[in-house]
Parts: sequence; C-alpha cells; structure tokens
Amino acid sequence: MDILIGGFLLGGTYALMALGLQLQYGVARIMNLANGEMLVAGAFGAFWFYSGFQMRPFLAIVLIVPLAFVVNWAIYHYLLTPLVRRAKSRGQLEVDGILATFGMSFILVGLMLAVFGGEYFSYSYLERAVFVLEQPYGLNRIAAFCASLVFCIALVVWLSHTRSGLALRAVAVNPTAAGLVAIKVARTSAIAFAIGGAVTASGGALLSMFLTFDASIGVIFTLKALIIVILGGVGEIRGTVAAAFLLGLAETAVASLVDPGLTLAAAYLLFIVVLLVRPRGLFGSRS
Amino acid sequence: MKRIFQTIGIGALSIAAAFFTLGQPQAAEVIKIGAVAPKTGPLAGGSAVTHWPNLKLWVSQVNARGGLKLKSGPAMIELIQYDDRTNPGETIKAVQRLATQDKVDFIIAPYGTGLNLAAAPIFAKYGYPQISVTAITDKVPELTKRYPGLFFMLGNTTAFTESLADILKKLVADGKIGNRIAMVNVADAFGIELANAARPVFKAAGLEIVYDKSYPLGTQDLSPVVKGAKAANPDAFIAWSYPPDTFGLTAQAKIIGLNVKAFYTAVATAFPVYAGKFGGAIEGVLGAGGINPDAAQMMAYRKAHKEITGKDADFWASAVVYASLQILEQSIEAVGSKDRGAVTAFIKANSFNTVIGSVKFNNQNNDKFWTVGQWQNGVFHGVSSTGRPGAKIVKLKSGW
Repeated sequence: MDILIGGFLLGGTYALMALGLQLQYGVARIMNLANGEMLVAGAFGAFWFYSGFQMRPFLAIVLIVPLAFVVNWAIYHYLLTPLVRRAKSRGQLEVDGILATFGMSFILVGLMLAVFGGEYFSYSYLERAVFVLEQPYGLNRIAAFCASLVFCIALVVWLSHTRSGLALRAVAVNPTAAGLVAIKVARTSAIAFAIGGAVTASGGALLSMFLTFDASIGVIFTLKALIIVILGGVGEIRGTVAAAFLLGLAETAVASLVDPGLTLAAAYLLFIVVLLVRPRGLFGSRS
Repeated sequence: MKRIFQTIGIGALSIAAAFFTLGQPQAAEVIKIGAVAPKTGPLAGGSAVTHWPNLKLWVSQVNARGGLKLKSGPAMIELIQYDDRTNPGETIKAVQRLATQDKVDFIIAPYGTGLNLAAAPIFAKYGYPQISVTAITDKVPELTKRYPGLFFMLGNTTAFTESLADILKKLVADGKIGNRIAMVNVADAFGIELANAARPVFKAAGLEIVYDKSYPLGTQDLSPVVKGAKAANPDAFIAWSYPPDTFGLTAQAKIIGLNVKAFYTAVATAFPVYAGKFGGAIEGVLGAGGINPDAAQMMAYRKAHKEITGKDADFWASAVVYASLQILEQSIEAVGSKDRGAVTAFIKANSFNTVIGSVKFNNQNNDKFWTVGQWQNGVFHGVSSTGRPGAKIVKLKSGW
C-alpha cells in the first residue's frame, strides 16, 4: 500500500514534467529539448518569489503561468515558425525542431546562469510529514500531486470535450486536413506550444518545493519527460498521464522491493519492452 | 558634401584615439593567470560555491594591494577564465588554449577529481604547477610520482572513510550508540568509490552494515531509500551523496522520521544553502570536511569572502581553494619571477602560512586535512582531521 501511494505521488511528479512536452510535441510537432530548462526556469521563478517576497509557490504560479505562456508563444512565433514554414515533411520539422531547441537549451542555461548564478537552490515549503494510512509522506509532495491531478484532468477534459481542444487534437492527427476544415493550424500550434511551456514552468514551480535545482540540471528532466511522452504515445494526453503514473509506480516498486539502484534500469527496461510490443506507445494511434 | 563629412569624421576619430592612448598612464606589468572549471554542467553547482568565488576574492585582494611583487616590480593579475562544462575533454582543450594561445604564466587547477586528473598530463606537458584542491583519490602516491608538478590538498578516499569509522567506533565504545549502520551511496564514481572503501573499513571497526543500497544520480524520489533504511532499524545513517541527493535524503529523513543518533551526508553538507534550507533541524548532522572557525585567519577570510563576492564560503573546500591560491601567491613572490620551474620547486620544498593553518607538502601531498565536520550551533565545525588543530567533540543527533 505504501508502494502504491508512493508510486502515485511520484507519478504526479512525472506527469508535471511531461505534460508540457506532450502538448509541444504532440500538437506543435516540436520535440522541445529545452523543456527541462523551461522547467528549471519555472523553479527559479518560484524560488525567487518565495525568497524575495515570501510568496507561496501556489500563488507564484498565478504569475508564472501567464509569463511562461507569453515567453513560449514568442519562442514559437519568432524562432520556430520559420522552421515550420519551410519544412517539407513532418520528419524534417522534427529534426529541425530538435536541433533548434537543443541550441535554445544552451541559451536558456546561459541566461539562468547569468541571472541566478551557478549554485544550487533549494527552499523548504510544506516540508512536514502527513500520515496516510500510518505512513509519513511529505506534504509538499502531496500538494504537488493534487496540483498535478488538477492539471491532468483539466487538460484531458479540455482536449476531449471542448471545441478548441478538438481543434488541437485535429492538428495533432493531421495538420493538412485540419487546415482544410478551417482550423487555423499555425495559431493552434503556437497556442499549444505556449500552453505546453506554461504547464512545464508551473510544473517546475511546484517541483521546486521539494527538489534541488541549479542552472544546469534541466537535461535530466528533459530525458525523463521524453521517455514518458514516447512511452505514452505521441499526440495523446491520456497516454502521457498513464505513462507517468505507470513509471512512478514501477520505479517505487523496484526501489522498495528490489534495489533503489535499479530504478533507472527498470524505467528504461519498461520503456524498451513497451516499445517492442507497441511501437506507437501505450495510447498512440497508428500514423 | 559626403566626402567632407567623412574626412571630418575620420579626423575627429583619429584625434580622439590619439588623446585616448596618450592620456593612459604607463601600464603596470601584468601577470596572466588562467582558470578553467565548470560554470555549467553537473558539477557547476559545486564549483559556483567552492571554486569561482575564491578566485574572484583572491584576484581582487592581490590587485587591490598593487599586484604580485616580482623582482621586476609589481604585476597586476589578469585572470583568464574558461567554462569546461564539466567535460574533461573541454578542460584539456581549455588548458591547451591557455598555454599555447593565451600564453598564461600560471594556471589554476581545475575543479573536481575527474577534471583534475584528466588535465594532469597537459599541465605537466607545458610545465605548469597544478595545486589541485577539489580532487580526492587514493591514487595520490602514483600520481605525484608521475607528475612532479601535481599537488594534492584535500585528502584521499580512505582517510575520509577511516575518520568516519573511527568516530562511529568511539561512539559505540562509549556506549552512546549501537553498531548498526545503514549506508547508501549515489551511483556515480564518487559515491561508489567511497562505499567500496568504506565496507572493509567499517567491518574492521566492528560496525555492522544492516542496509547497503545505491541510487542513481538525479533520483527524484528518495523516500523508498530512506524508508528502507529506517526499516532496518539502524543506529547510524551514512550517505555517500552528492548535492541534490544530500538535500533530498535529509528532507526525507526529516519527513519520515529517521531518528538516528549519527546522520552523515557527504558533499554539500558543508554548503551554506544546506543550513539555509533546513535551519535548526541540521543540528548534529555530520558531513565531509569541516573547518576550524575560531582561527583568526579563518574568520578574516570568511568575512572578506562575504564582502567581496556577496556569498558565504562553504565550510570545507572553499578555504582550502583559497589556501592553494595563497601558496601560489607566496611562491611567486618568493621566487620573484614568472619562472614556473622555480615556483614549482619552491612549493615542493617550503611551508606556507595560510587560512587553514600551516601547509607543507609531503611528496607533493598535504597530509593534514579535515575529514569530518558537524553542524553545531549553526556552524559546521571540524570534528575529525588528519592533523589540524581545533576539532570539536562529536555530539549525538536528537531528532529533527
């Protein structure tokens, strides 16, 4: 039972890391390798608000979300739209996107280094024990899990039950056909990228409550998010949610029952097995 | 019309340039010193606390008093910095560039064991003395024999594990704790080496390792590790950890209630941000390193560090990095020239008065260093060393 609860909490953490990338890759077709840096930027933002203004992270998110939305929209509009326009195929756009965002990640690391310095940042917020079924868990992790649930449910509901969400899914499935039914593909992609970035940044802000960050640590989060997005299936938000929780449960189970040193091995093993059996990911559709 | 403007413009610029160069005072002699260390990459967090601020502090202090005193007159230090991105290949390239293109007179040793060892051959090739500080390895004897210009200051792996084992053994002998040890390590070269060195040492000291696990670098959830350790009912918890996991393990120990009387995390326990994050809960936490904060020179150094760099020094390697710079400074001034061979010979043969006390290299190795420190009343005091005075008595930890 302890493993289940711990696994769900970790799954919530992973979902926060991966949801943004899902929107950016699934809809806007940009494999954003700077995703981890955006997460770290959100974490730095929350740290800055907390240590400078004693603002609680949940309040800081209210400021971080619109800021991240605008910044990501600008990145898509000025940096990535030229790539989209000249890409002759989806594959070429993916390659161009990877290269461009890879370079962008270095720029973001440099900016954060210049503004915040290279040291580790960490603060204590809600670092109390809460007992669930007589086992102690960090209150900050539980709070992040609840927020993550809110994000997951909101995104799934929005994408499957609203008109704008339907437009996003249409662009994810087939951009050309979506254009033919009067969906503004360019605008929809930009909005998806921007929302993805905002979700990632707020995820970072929530994770900063219990993880330690420095300017260079983004790459670890990008790698994890990549696995989760591909495991769940590209273009399907439910897949990402499912993969995040599956990975969280698997890693916690391995850490508690077998050996904590094997968590990474278990995660990648799961990744390989799923891809061998279902190459398109858990929820991915045949393209 | 256009030509007239052009001529006037060029004329004005030339006159301005002439005034500018004529108006400069005669430039003092310059001594070029190169430095390469991580500013980005996995070790950047550590070097930003321990390495770079000390370079800034030292250069500004030396230049403020007129520069290094050479026989030919005072020479201001020009510091040339490179970021090696925690990549040994980049460290080597940067050292090469400093030696051949920038033609620096001296190069400050890199940060981190792996990067120092990778750069040792090229330091030796160009004849630069390498006073490495943040390099901890058991291979010191072989390396100092192979590279006559390589110096070590912070100790070796075995000494760190033996000091800790001695502390635990004494606590057990005094009846203050039982002998059950839970030991975890980060699955990176550093953690693995220390854990491997620790196992036989702990066994020989009569300690029983009841939980012995590793975890990958960058693990986001350390609660299974700490819960597993707690379930084994240990008397002491030892973690050979790196900065992110040092914080994570401490946080989890607090939340899960791992109330051992001896709690040790390795790297970053001595960082100011550790105290900043956990506040009073860290009272009694043991960690790698330590200083003697009551020594007058140390107090002055910490004050100057805060004033000039705006950051607090850490409680372990910061002072030793600064001491290595003092040694370089005193050697260059004693020799009176930029002759690297003479300076290296001087470092080998003499003793130096530094912020960590007197330092004399024994076969290019400083064998007097702090191994274990403990947070006592908001200061990370050294509690065990291989010959530095001022050790405080080890206290027991009582809850969080």
